[in-house]
Amino acid sequence: MNIALVEYGAGNLPSVERALTRLGVESCRASTLEGLASCDALILPGVGHFGALMRSLTERSLVKPLGDAVASGVPLLGICLGLQAMFATSDEAIGDAGLGLFPQKVSALPPTGRLPHMGWNQLRRVRPSALLEGVPQDAYFYFAHSYAALDAGEAAVALCDHSASFVAVLEQGNVFATQFHPEKSGPAGAQVLSNFVRRAGKKQ
Amino acid sequence: MSLAHRIIPCLDTDGERVVKGVQFVNLRDAGDPAALAARYNIEGADELVVLDIAASRDHRPTFLETIRRVAAELAIPLTAGGGVATVDEGRAILRAGADKLTVNTAAIRHPELLTALAAEFGSQAVVLSIDAKRVGDHWEAFVRGGSVPTGLDAVAWAHQGVECGAGEILVTSMDRDGMRSGFDCALTAAISRVVNVPVIASGGADAPETFLEVFREGRADAALAASIFHDHIQGLGELKRYLGEQGISVRQTG
Repeated sequence: MNIALVEYGAGNLPSVERALTRLGVESCRASTLEGLASCDALILPGVGHFGALMRSLTERSLVKPLGDAVASGVPLLGICLGLQAMFATSDEAIGDAGLGLFPQKVSALPPTGRLPHMGWNQLRRVRPSALLEGVPQDAYFYFAHSYAALDAGEAAVALCDHSASFVAVLEQGNVFATQFHPEKSGPAGAQVLSNFVRRAGKKQ
Repeated sequence: MSLAHRIIPCLDTDGERVVKGVQFVNLRDAGDPAALAARYNIEGADELVVLDIAASRDHRPTFLETIRRVAAELAIPLTAGGGVATVDEGRAILRAGADKLTVNTAAIRHPELLTALAAEFGSQAVVLSIDAKRVGDHWEAFVRGGSVPTGLDAVAWAHQGVECGAGEILVTSMDRDGMRSGFDCALTAAISRVVNVPVIASGGADAPETFLEVFREGRADAALAASIFHDHIQGLGELKRYLGEQGISVRQTG
């Protein structure tokens, strides 16, 4: 199976690569339309700023190919900012359009708790989840963010609470995403990545 | 369900090897950074910090290679720093595999460096490291590995640093560093009260009770230690089990 990491300058791409390697899964980097079109599954990593990510994807002409790949059934996993990019808009970059795979928006977490939401937190599962299969209910995952999607309708399968309740895992058809960093979340994170890879393999 | 308090082993390096001193002097060799990183990754560390305390410019390529070797061993977040003075140096550290970078001396001289780093990499990647020493009724920030006083009040500087863009504060008590006499809870609490970003307490770690104190009285979000972990004085799993039993939220790792 050919898993491609969307390369647009995201800082955490090498750690996602290393996490996949530890699972014995080979991956490649895709930074062009051809690269995206030739893979069986896609991972959209991300850290930093929503506007910077969308501008970077736009400059590389990757926005439409990403949408086309998803529409054709290619499994996609978004990580952290990669989850946020799937939404229509974000408070972090007013005026910049996201990928729009989900119609809702990304909001700033309220400053009632310490921000960024940084460190290990647990999940509240609200629907059956393919990504969380075999992951203990009380497992911790590593988060580092100040913005989050507060609503993703039926696609929200697990939530997390910090200042507000927000979407931690979303799944809809062939689209998957985590607000936490599975590549930085120890054995629990490895299980999530492994579940995505297995799921992506079944799609063929 | 709540955010877990983090336990963070720290690797002070000369760029290449882990070293450990007491109150910032008398350095001795304490092992290979990648080997220690691999051990802490398995034992349940929540994060790892690796610092270049020599931070000489000639040595920088060696330290970047150390970051790469350490990052390769980790499935947990990595923070790295030491002598970072420009956005490009910050980028090199993140590209080498760190998730966050620490800045200290250069940020005091040019607070706008914090703003530039946050604009480039996001606040979540910018950790302001403050070396603080008790002077009379307050704490003063020191730079250059704790050798040069700045005249700045450490608590006020922490507040200003966050305003400038720091997403986390790592505060080291120079009075407690390497002394195993407990964290400076008053210092950590004073900083924790004036900032709304996570605060990592450093300096003075000893028995599990000292961690309990710094999470309760010190209001720290994370606690950092070096020699007690390197020298097998304190096991990470045992420490976290104790904290869990005391009602502190921690990530148990079996």
